[in-house]
Amino acid sequence: MSTPAIRTPAGPPAPPADDLHLPVSSTSLSADESTVPASGSVTAAPPPVPGRAARRRRALPYKLISWTVPVLLLVVWELLSRAAVIESNVLPAPSSVGITAWRLTETGELPTHLWESLQRAAIGLAIGGSLGLVLGTLTGFSRLAEAIVDRNIQIIRAIPFLAILPLVMVWFGVGESGRYFLVALGTLFPIYLNTVLGIRQVDPKLLEMGRVVGLPRLRLIRTVILPGALPSVLLGVRLALTNAWLALVIAETVGAPAGIGFMATNAREFLQTDVIVLVIVLYALIGLTTDLIARALERRFLAWHPHYNGGKK
Amino acid sequence: MSVAVEAPAVRAAKIVRRYGERTVLHELDLEIRRGEFVALIGKSGCGKTTLLRALAGLDLVDGGGLTVPAASTVVFQEHRLLPWWKVWRNVAINLPRGTARSRAQAALDEVGLSDHADAWPVTLSGGEAQRVALARALVREPELLLLDEPFAALDALTRIKMHGLVRNLISRHRPAVLLVTHDVDEAISLADRVVTMREGRIAADHRVADAPSPASLRTQLLAELGVVEQ
Repeated sequence: MSTPAIRTPAGPPAPPADDLHLPVSSTSLSADESTVPASGSVTAAPPPVPGRAARRRRALPYKLISWTVPVLLLVVWELLSRAAVIESNVLPAPSSVGITAWRLTETGELPTHLWESLQRAAIGLAIGGSLGLVLGTLTGFSRLAEAIVDRNIQIIRAIPFLAILPLVMVWFGVGESGRYFLVALGTLFPIYLNTVLGIRQVDPKLLEMGRVVGLPRLRLIRTVILPGALPSVLLGVRLALTNAWLALVIAETVGAPAGIGFMATNAREFLQTDVIVLVIVLYALIGLTTDLIARALERRFLAWHPHYNGGKK
Repeated sequence: MSVAVEAPAVRAAKIVRRYGERTVLHELDLEIRRGEFVALIGKSGCGKTTLLRALAGLDLVDGGGLTVPAASTVVFQEHRLLPWWKVWRNVAINLPRGTARSRAQAALDEVGLSDHADAWPVTLSGGEAQRVALARALVREPELLLLDEPFAALDALTRIKMHGLVRNLISRHRPAVLLVTHDVDEAISLADRVVTMREGRIAADHRVADAPSPASLRTQLLAELGVVEQ
C-alpha cells in the first residue's frame, strides 16, 4: 500500500498543503512546491492592496455624506429655533434639549426614571422571554405540546398586544404588575415563534449523524438541536426587544409614577417640550443600544455562523 | 487463530424492506467478513442506499435476519459536521470525556489535519471537511464502516487523494467496509469485492483479485449495469 497522499516526504509534522497540490507528492512537481513555501499567498498578495485602497477611497465620501445630512438638519433646526422661526414651546432647539438632559442628570431625576424604565423592561422581558422560550421549546419537540399550546398562542397573537391596554388597566389597576404584563405579552410571541421555527428547521441530516455516533436523546437536544435553533431564537430576542420598548412607551404614559414615559407625560402637563423631545431621543438611543447588544450576542454565540462574519480562524 | 470458522462481521439473510406498495429490498443476502472491503454499485433506485441505511440502523427492515457489529459508523456524502463546534470537538463527539481531545487529535493527525483542530468547519474545503468526517468515523474504532458515496461531491483530484487516504487508513484499522458508489473505477481500485445490485437483490458478486484484469472487470461491471462500451 502506498503512504497516504497527504503526508509529504518532508516528515511527520508536514504542513497540510492545499487540496489541489497534494496528489503531486510523488511526482517531480513536489520539489518545486517545497522550495516555494506559501506560494499561494505570495502571488495573491499584490492585487488586493491597491484594490482595497481603491475601494476605501471610493467608499469614504458616501459614509461622510450619510452622516452629513442628519448633522446638517440638526444645525438647520438649531438655527431656525434661535431665529425664533420655530417657537421653543413647539420644538425646542437641540442645544436646549442637551442642556435639559444635563440639568436633569445633575439633579438625579433622569437616571432615576431611566433606571425605573430599564428595570421594567428587563423584568417584563425576563417573564415573557422565558415563557416564550419554554413554550416554544415544548412545542418544537412534542406533538402533544403543540396540540395543546400552539393554537391558543396563535389566536392570542392575532390581537395587537397594545389593544388590550384598557383591559390590563382594569385587571391590574395602575400598579407595576400591569406594566410587566404588557411587556411580557409583547415579548412572548416573537421568542415563542422563532424558537419553534428554529427547532423545526434543524438539519435532519445532522440529527441522523447524531444517531450514528450514538448520542443519547438529551445529548442530541443539547448538542445538535438547541445550537441549531439558536440563530432563530436570537432573532426572536431582537424582535422582542423592539416590542418591549413599544410596550413600555404605552404602559408608562398611562398612570406610571416613575419612568421616562412618566417624565414625558408629566412634562406635557407643564408644556416642557424640551423634556418631551429628550424622552423621545432617549427611547431612540435605548432602542439603538439594545440592538447593538443583541448583535454583540449574535457575534459571540454565532461565531461559527458564516452570516455573522464569524467562522474565521 | 482459525480463519475458516470466523463469523462474518455483517450477515444479511433474506432481508426485506417495503415502502408502502414498493418493495425496495427483495430477500437480499449479503455477508461481509471482518476486514473485508466491499463496494456496492447499482443504478439509482436499486436499493443500495436503503441497504446501507438498514445496516447503519437508520432504517428498519420488514423481514429477514440482519446481524451487524455494535460498533458501526457511517461517512455520508455530505460531511455533516456541526458548524457550531470546532473541528476537534466534531471528531470527539460522544467520546468518553477524559481522552476525547487526545483521541480526536490523533485521528486528525491520521487524516493530515493536525493543525485544523481548532478551526471552524465552515473554513474547511470540501475535501478537508470530508477528511474530518472520516476522522470522526475512525476515532470510534468501528468494526463496520459504512461509506455512503463519500467522495461523490469532491473534485477529481481531491477524490484521488481521498482514495489513497482511505486505502491507507483501512489497511491500518481493518474494519469491515461497505462502500456505496456510482463509480465503477472507484469500486475496483478500493474494494476486495465488488457487488452489483439490481431491483433490490444482489445481482453479481466479484472478487477483484480473481478478475483477469481490472479492465475486464470494469467492462463486465458496466455491462451488468446496462452500459455497453463503444
